[in-house]
Amino acid sequence: MGNLRFFTNGLLKENPTFVMVLGTCPTLAITTAAANGLGMGTATTFVLVFSNLFIALLKNYIPDKVRIAAFIVVIATFVTIVDLVMKAYTPDLYKALGIFIPLIVVNCIILGRAEAFAQKNEVLPSVLDGLGMGLGFTLAITLIGSIRELLGNGSIFNIRLMNENASNILIFVLPPGAFVTYGFLIAIMNRIKLKFNI
Amino acid sequence: MEYILLIISAVLVNNVVLVQFLGICPFLGVSNKTETSIGMGVAVIFVMALANLVTYLIQNYVLVPLHIEFMQTITFIFVIAFLVQVVEIILKKSAPALYQALGIYLPLITTNCAVLGIAILAVQKDFSLVMSVLYAASIAAGFTLAMLLMAGIREQLALADTPRGMKGFPLSLVTAGLLSLAFMGFSGIVK
Repeated sequence: MGNLRFFTNGLLKENPTFVMVLGTCPTLAITTAAANGLGMGTATTFVLVFSNLFIALLKNYIPDKVRIAAFIVVIATFVTIVDLVMKAYTPDLYKALGIFIPLIVVNCIILGRAEAFAQKNEVLPSVLDGLGMGLGFTLAITLIGSIRELLGNGSIFNIRLMNENASNILIFVLPPGAFVTYGFLIAIMNRIKLKFNI
Repeated sequence: MEYILLIISAVLVNNVVLVQFLGICPFLGVSNKTETSIGMGVAVIFVMALANLVTYLIQNYVLVPLHIEFMQTITFIFVIAFLVQVVEIILKKSAPALYQALGIYLPLITTNCAVLGIAILAVQKDFSLVMSVLYAASIAAGFTLAMLLMAGIREQLALADTPRGMKGFPLSLVTAGLLSLAFMGFSGIVK
């Protein structure tokens, strides 16, 4: 057990998307399809794990006054790596996510975990925390992406689930659908929490 | 004419919050009251125009000549964080009244992804210096408009009796969805 709870924490109890409501911009913007959600989630998880790892390693050497600037340098370094790797190997996904890949730098989940967790904890818990938070984020935005793709396009991960002739609710792949889907998912989470007193 | 189209496009058609999904955090966080929304809006217009001016110069006179365009993300975020600090210090000394009014909103702007996002977008779109600054100012004006509308609605909603599970974020998100639907009416005005 022990360290495992650092990992599960991000999946449900402190899920960054549904409970903490952090990183809302990518959550809303790129979830037009399930595959985009998975891609964005993976990229963010990579940055989150490595920034947590390095900040946990460097925490004793970073002066307290300039810690935020130091965290941003660490985060921006890994974002640049992700940016270049995705540009080279997954050009379609890179195009679909567009501006939101460099914007992982300002994703509040990452700076939030660096500030709230990695700078106070040892290396292993920090990595597990990053992995858990990243997976929680990935699952959440893939779920939103799946719902929007199913309702708006009749498919999930480009696999057609609805009849070709069925009319799609186009609004769900357009911007308003993002707000409404996300809003109702949080409402459902709240309702479940109220009902079972979690 | 080109400039007018740019302004209409940035404020209404491609509204930064409701269509492009940048700067959602301050949009949801600060849009409780109309006065605070105006304060945040003014601060954002100021910082964004200035940030685009500086990032344009850095991109074209430092990064491109030295062939280190891959350093864009890291330099831009630093420039923005630095700029926000400088603006805060200057305002504190020279315009204490304005500083008092903007106070807490200034540091929050560093984490506003719209500032970095628009700076990168302006570079990608290959704008001239004037266009770039005008673009940033109109985008920020669109941000302010969206925040003001949202604050007006939320002030009324606070009095309404809503289901328990919907209180807080869910209600704000659904409201934003309806606002976004309204803004879709502008699509097609400018191509």
